[in-house]
Amino acid sequence: MSLVELVELFDEGFMQRALLAAIFTGLAAPAVGTYIVQRRLALMGDGIGHVAVTGVALGLLTGTSPTWTAVLVAILGAVLIELIRERGHTNGDVALALLFYGGLAGGLLLTGLAGQRGSALQQYLFGSIVSIAATDVLITMGLAAIVIAVCLGLAPQLFAVTQDQEFARVAGLNVRAYNLAVAVLAAVSVTVAMRTVGLLLVSALMVVPVATSQQLTKSFKTTLLAAMLLGTAASVGGLVISAFASYHATVQPGPTIVLLSIAGFAITWPLGVWMRHRARLRAPFLPVPPSGHDVTDHTHAHGPDCGHLAVPHGDHVDYVHDGHRHAPHEEHYDEH
Amino acid sequence: MPIDPIVLTDAAVAIGGRPVLRGVDLTVHDGEFVALMGANGSGKSTLVKALTGLLPLLQGNLRLFGTPFDDFSDWRRIGFVPQRQGATSGVPASVWEVVASGRLTRRRLLRPLSRADRTAIADALEVVGLSDRTNDGVARLSGGQQQRVLIARALAGEPELFFLDEPMAGVDLPSQLAVAEALAKLKASGATIVLVAHELGPLAGLVDRAVAMRDGRIAYDGAPLADHEVHAPWLGEPHTHHHHQPARGNDHVPWGSPRSEQRP
Repeated sequence: MSLVELVELFDEGFMQRALLAAIFTGLAAPAVGTYIVQRRLALMGDGIGHVAVTGVALGLLTGTSPTWTAVLVAILGAVLIELIRERGHTNGDVALALLFYGGLAGGLLLTGLAGQRGSALQQYLFGSIVSIAATDVLITMGLAAIVIAVCLGLAPQLFAVTQDQEFARVAGLNVRAYNLAVAVLAAVSVTVAMRTVGLLLVSALMVVPVATSQQLTKSFKTTLLAAMLLGTAASVGGLVISAFASYHATVQPGPTIVLLSIAGFAITWPLGVWMRHRARLRAPFLPVPPSGHDVTDHTHAHGPDCGHLAVPHGDHVDYVHDGHRHAPHEEHYDEH
Repeated sequence: MPIDPIVLTDAAVAIGGRPVLRGVDLTVHDGEFVALMGANGSGKSTLVKALTGLLPLLQGNLRLFGTPFDDFSDWRRIGFVPQRQGATSGVPASVWEVVASGRLTRRRLLRPLSRADRTAIADALEVVGLSDRTNDGVARLSGGQQQRVLIARALAGEPELFFLDEPMAGVDLPSQLAVAEALAKLKASGATIVLVAHELGPLAGLVDRAVAMRDGRIAYDGAPLADHEVHAPWLGEPHTHHHHQPARGNDHVPWGSPRSEQRP
């Protein structure tokens, strides 16, 4: 297939709608995801996703828009998860598991009651970005814009609360309100991403871009922005790849997007490991003066180009040489 | 006569239904440097949590700067340095970002940082001696440096009343000296400081008054104690030399009980 054919493909209305949905989902999901990962709740998106299945089924059963019932039930589920977590019981993860399975089983049961086959549910479970209707695109864009605006606008407060709750409380922030806000934002972005990657894969788009970006970043702000960029690249890239490949085989956009995202992580992870290792070796030694004066008898001249690792130590530099720390002193080297 | 920043009367605090503090009276005067001392489990961290409102009073009365605690909202006057569980979290954060979050007590919603905010953040980093690490990730710092970041975060809000929970626990010597220097500057500026400590180390010279806890009550309140006196038999603690143990903080709760309120 040629590039021309691809350009023609994106002239189609359904492809343009899919592209818009992919861009907004790719931006919104990792934005919330960053705060969720910050709070070490990486699996929260999965919990909400499972609960949202019941919401979708409720929509199918009552004949209302599954998107709105999913938003509603997902928000209820997210608030419930947050309240269970806040109670801080040691079996909080068991309660989460109950919600996971209850949500999924309830959804399947209700779908059956609605007289629908599993296939009706399938487009929500695994995504169906190319069959997304115009109104759904508008809803997706609107909700995603709200999520992005809140995540960026309240970034200082959300950062403080997710980073250190005790400190945030003594700083006068309403920690519970902000925690609930993150839960609601997560629920909304789960339903936003529902049509793109599907409820069962939603969490990947929230968590994997964050995991990828934090391999290489040092600050929260760059992690957040890079994750949003990576999320968009993955969702748009996955859509394009699956469109390319669909001429030869059945390639669904949802799993392609998630796998592309994971591929990004697989590439950056070794780089991150290497960078952290390097930084650890180069971390300055404590500026405590050595207890004695221990002169080495070796003749090698250390310098900027000698190839030995130079590590700051107080007011001078130690060279790491075969597991020893050599510090230049007058005409010789001291063992530090 | 300035208002006493802390007036606590007849306080009782329970954690998970278990009484921890009973009958605690404590008044801290303006500009005082008070060290809360005592053995592990004596209730000194719990007392600081009660004074900052992190734990509710079961009984008794707390006034901060003359205002009953329930009506108190002037959080910018208070700086808090929690017991360190590491300044790190799930996502990388730079030293500057963590310190900047201390400015939230003075920032309105949706407003960018003002010049005064940036100056206060830079000054706070300067005081703890980390100006050269501004853009580094917090996770890359040593435990002692992370503790200094948390102190700078509290400093950035320019508070008048400071609470520090075990700032010297597990901190390397250079950082202990940097912390002592920062607190000396703070004391010189007239701030009131309440500090939880197991041992004072280089802070000993700064302390005006020692309050020693024993089994949830105040057992001593007066002139500064030397480290070994805190463990004196009349304070109910046989002289076992404790070394700082990292990652405690729930030592008041019996093993195996739910750790409500304690989890981050």
